Amino acid sequence: MELVCPAGNLPSLKTAVDHGANAVYFGFRDDTNARHFAGLNFAPNKMAEGVEYARGRGVRVFIALNTYPRPDGFGRWQEAVDRAADLGVDALIAADLGVLDYASSKHPGLTLHLSVQGSATNYEALRFYHEHFGVRRAVLPRVLSMSQIRHVVENSPLEIEVFAFGSLCVMVEGRCILSSYATGRSPNTYGACSPASHVEWIETPDGLDTRLGGVLIQRHPKGENVGYPTLCKGTFRVGDHTYHAIEEPTSLNAMELLPELAAAGVKAVKIEGRQRSPVYVGQVTKVWRQALDAFARDPEHFTPRPEWTAELGKVSEGAQTTLGAYHRPWQ
Amino acid sequence: MTPATTPTGKPSGNPGVTKAASRPGPRLSLGPIGYYWPKDRVDAFYAQVAQLPVDIVYLGETLCSKRKELKFEDWLAIGERLLESGKEVVLSTLSLLEAESELIRLRFICDNGRFLVEANDMGAVHLLQGRPFVVGHSVNIYNDRSLALLARQGLKRWVLPVELTAETLADMQERRPDGVETEVLAYGRLPLAYSARCFTARARNLPKDDCRYCCIDYPDGLVVATQDDQSFLALNGIQTLSARTANLLAELPRMRELKVDILRISPQAEQTDEIIRLFDLALRGELSPAEAATKATELTPTGACDGYWHGGAGMEQQVKTVQ
Repeated sequence: MELVCPAGNLPSLKTAVDHGANAVYFGFRDDTNARHFAGLNFAPNKMAEGVEYARGRGVRVFIALNTYPRPDGFGRWQEAVDRAADLGVDALIAADLGVLDYASSKHPGLTLHLSVQGSATNYEALRFYHEHFGVRRAVLPRVLSMSQIRHVVENSPLEIEVFAFGSLCVMVEGRCILSSYATGRSPNTYGACSPASHVEWIETPDGLDTRLGGVLIQRHPKGENVGYPTLCKGTFRVGDHTYHAIEEPTSLNAMELLPELAAAGVKAVKIEGRQRSPVYVGQVTKVWRQALDAFARDPEHFTPRPEWTAELGKVSEGAQTTLGAYHRPWQ
Repeated sequence: MTPATTPTGKPSGNPGVTKAASRPGPRLSLGPIGYYWPKDRVDAFYAQVAQLPVDIVYLGETLCSKRKELKFEDWLAIGERLLESGKEVVLSTLSLLEAESELIRLRFICDNGRFLVEANDMGAVHLLQGRPFVVGHSVNIYNDRSLALLARQGLKRWVLPVELTAETLADMQERRPDGVETEVLAYGRLPLAYSARCFTARARNLPKDDCRYCCIDYPDGLVVATQDDQSFLALNGIQTLSARTANLLAELPRMRELKVDILRISPQAEQTDEIIRLFDLALRGELSPAEAATKATELTPTGACDGYWHGGAGMEQQVKTVQ
């Protein structure tokens, strides 16, 4: 299985390559990709340098162009597709029908992957993208159980890539606008969820309140660890109960499912985290490389080593991990 | 919990329908019931709808394949009755398709041979291509190139994704392909997200596989409040809705200017009939849009919003309602 690692900038890209990624994915420095954060992503000259670095070491490069342009901005997405094609990348990861249509008609030689933002959760949807745009691979939203993934792979005309590690999106990607409901900015339109520009930290006599777009997301008693106020990981009240009504601050870690994913025919595992530091990218890539190599050597007896789990736990949100939707009881 | 309706059986005379047909545009549609209501309630609701001044009715379960109060045949029977009352009937499909059983049911709907179908997922679009179809607001059409592509596959009508603004709609309308109708969700809680997880079952500490169909206890969803008591979201099984109800009735003049073909109203547990009447009155010019909007806002379960339309955060209410 291919190990696909995030690169928010050139140092991250290099560290991913050096620690054993088979492919790296990254985006341009604007809202054409779903990790549009200040100081992140690649200016054109850095992009070329990154491509050269990875390619020179046998690592494939994918460009994420996975937000949804509106009519007035479509030209910028077209230019981004053209630039990606000029760079000779191994694949363009896109979600929007219009962008896929443009890319496949203008650059028939460019390999296309359907982004997780494309929200394709079933093989009928995948067949559409295959027939119309010749899409070669799809990244599945983090909502399918292991048996559902198996079924999709069996019937899909495309290769399948799944998320293996990183921040857990609980919702079908590409179809979650919780963030714009509170802030006006969503992953689809702006390329960011719960944008930092809309976060407020307010000291209170009892501790710290965190607000997003003015909405109280989390109330921390004094001394408690304060995490980033991602909307779906907030604490809310439903009836008489105050709890994480949607999801707890936690990260996905599907390492123990490696044998099942491989048996299902999944072609690639993806690490989330273009917004994370090069240190994170390095650590996670290294551990997953070791795990994949161990699995390749002896698939029958693979189990995640405790030191890998400990290492990944250190860089997980809320210092805890979950199998997410892959594990039916989570749902 | 008692439905706000009483009449059963076929309506005679159809005053509402005759009136709707002679009214200035846009036409009015009633979206699918998003919540899980008992069959009796659903039947009574549509018996009432048959007499209300809406032109188009979307039918079917769009959220959870475990909800089986109504079978496919029951929906078809309701569709036939509405058709007899002069309504256009459209069958809506599931928004999140995961299991093969869901795809099997989807194929039945797409091949029904009688009613137009609203695709709420690209899987449904794939099955419907080559025939006329509608796409709902959970299919992402954010630009005219996407719209044109789907029009080549048979798209007859699209619903504006709810986070897009009036300005974007104006751009889309300028470039929309001939023969494609535009529909806008004008009244209803905003569908914000879909998940594998059932949040209603989670709120009741039940696993999804043993959910006991507990969402049937919440005919208007389950409100999520912030810790400082602001109604924020509404849980409806695997769906997260806005707590506030989008209300764009005051925007009727702009909708007309933008040549919107259809205004959609989403059913709510109570007084959907009153909401429809308010839209009808505004369309006929018997009530000003602003006044009708104010009255409609009073009927929302937890307040109104119009932020997306105006380019702000979705939850904002930008247009001040009149007294």
